[in-house]
Amino acid sequence: MEIKKYAVAGTAESCDVQVSVEPSSAGLSVQVKSRVMNRYGRQIKITVLETLNRLGVTSGCITVNDQGALDFTIKARVECVVFRSIDASEKDIPWGGIVQ
Amino acid sequence: MIPRPKPKKFRLRRTMMFMNAQKPKLIRDAYIYGCDSIILDLEDAVAENQKDAARFSLYHALKNIDYGDTEVIVRINGLDTPHWQEDIRCVVAGGADGLRIAKCESADDVRQVEAHVLAAEREFGVEEGRTLLMAALESPKGIMNAYDIVTASPRMFGCAISGGDFRKSMHVQIVRGGIEMLTARGLVLLAARAAGVQCFDTMYPFIDDTEGFEAEVRQNREMGFDGKSIVNPRQIRYVHETFAPTEKEIAYAEKLIRSFNEQANQGVGVYTVDGKMVDIPFFEDAHRVLALAKACDVYRGDL
Repeated sequence: MEIKKYAVAGTAESCDVQVSVEPSSAGLSVQVKSRVMNRYGRQIKITVLETLNRLGVTSGCITVNDQGALDFTIKARVECVVFRSIDASEKDIPWGGIVQ
Repeated sequence: MIPRPKPKKFRLRRTMMFMNAQKPKLIRDAYIYGCDSIILDLEDAVAENQKDAARFSLYHALKNIDYGDTEVIVRINGLDTPHWQEDIRCVVAGGADGLRIAKCESADDVRQVEAHVLAAEREFGVEEGRTLLMAALESPKGIMNAYDIVTASPRMFGCAISGGDFRKSMHVQIVRGGIEMLTARGLVLLAARAAGVQCFDTMYPFIDDTEGFEAEVRQNREMGFDGKSIVNPRQIRYVHETFAPTEKEIAYAEKLIRSFNEQANQGVGVYTVDGKMVDIPFFEDAHRVLALAKACDVYRGDL
């Protein structure tokens, strides 16, 4: 999947994570901010990158603002924002396929 | 991934607690409170522009959270919205125990949902017939069609009244004593019992009005409901206590079952226990009381 336009998913509430994406011609960049940065920053970035990889996203500017989300919430928000960026988040989601 | 056991059509459902599927904090902790069922909500709790995000969140919650013995039902969006079909795909793919049809008004509504559930079960390799259904009756039309609705599919385990929308269509407010809902509650209970499915009352919206809430729960039990929708974990305990059989009911049920066996062996059909005439339906009800007592963990006997 290719990031086509700016999109955002998630909230700034506790246990959630807000993820935004923008198209980029300079490969993939992931910026993580988290209130548990010291302990989990690296793990958050790994989860984001794995999810992007599963979705076949190879370029884009990804900003992650974490409020202590669990792994599966991070996955859910990254998937949602990527589908939103190509206007495909509302139906025919490949549940259990690249979304897992 | 957490594989869930095959859902049971008949099980204890005293409390069904609503949780917004879009809020990670709520869905993560939902099962620890000990309600019998949780209802993850894709409908009214989720803003119109967050329906997509709620589905992603729901799918991963279903796949990752071990809800244990708590039943997991998802309330999908109404059939008059553009959301319900994708809701069904998400719910079935995630392996929820069942779904609640919001604003259900006819047997056709049920059949339409069932067709999409079956298609989704086939698409995602889920056992056919696994996903249960329940109907929320929220309008006068839904209430009037209750029997047709609950008999429209073998997946149907019950129906619930939803008071908020119903009271608006009837031009009434919530009233102490429940006179404004009396007919609707009675009709829905009759339909559910006639169909042999369960029946659940609407939630009580005033969280801080303990007295009003408790009075309504007691009335629910007296009327014959199996359980109640709730919106706050604080409401669980009282409902569970109120719906559990009393010691007196349990003792009477035991006495009935023991005496029935004796009488039946001597060829007697109808007889009296404690001066009250009893026959086979009493015996069946006594078994139901003991089963409920066991499920509520208040039975200490040996039957």
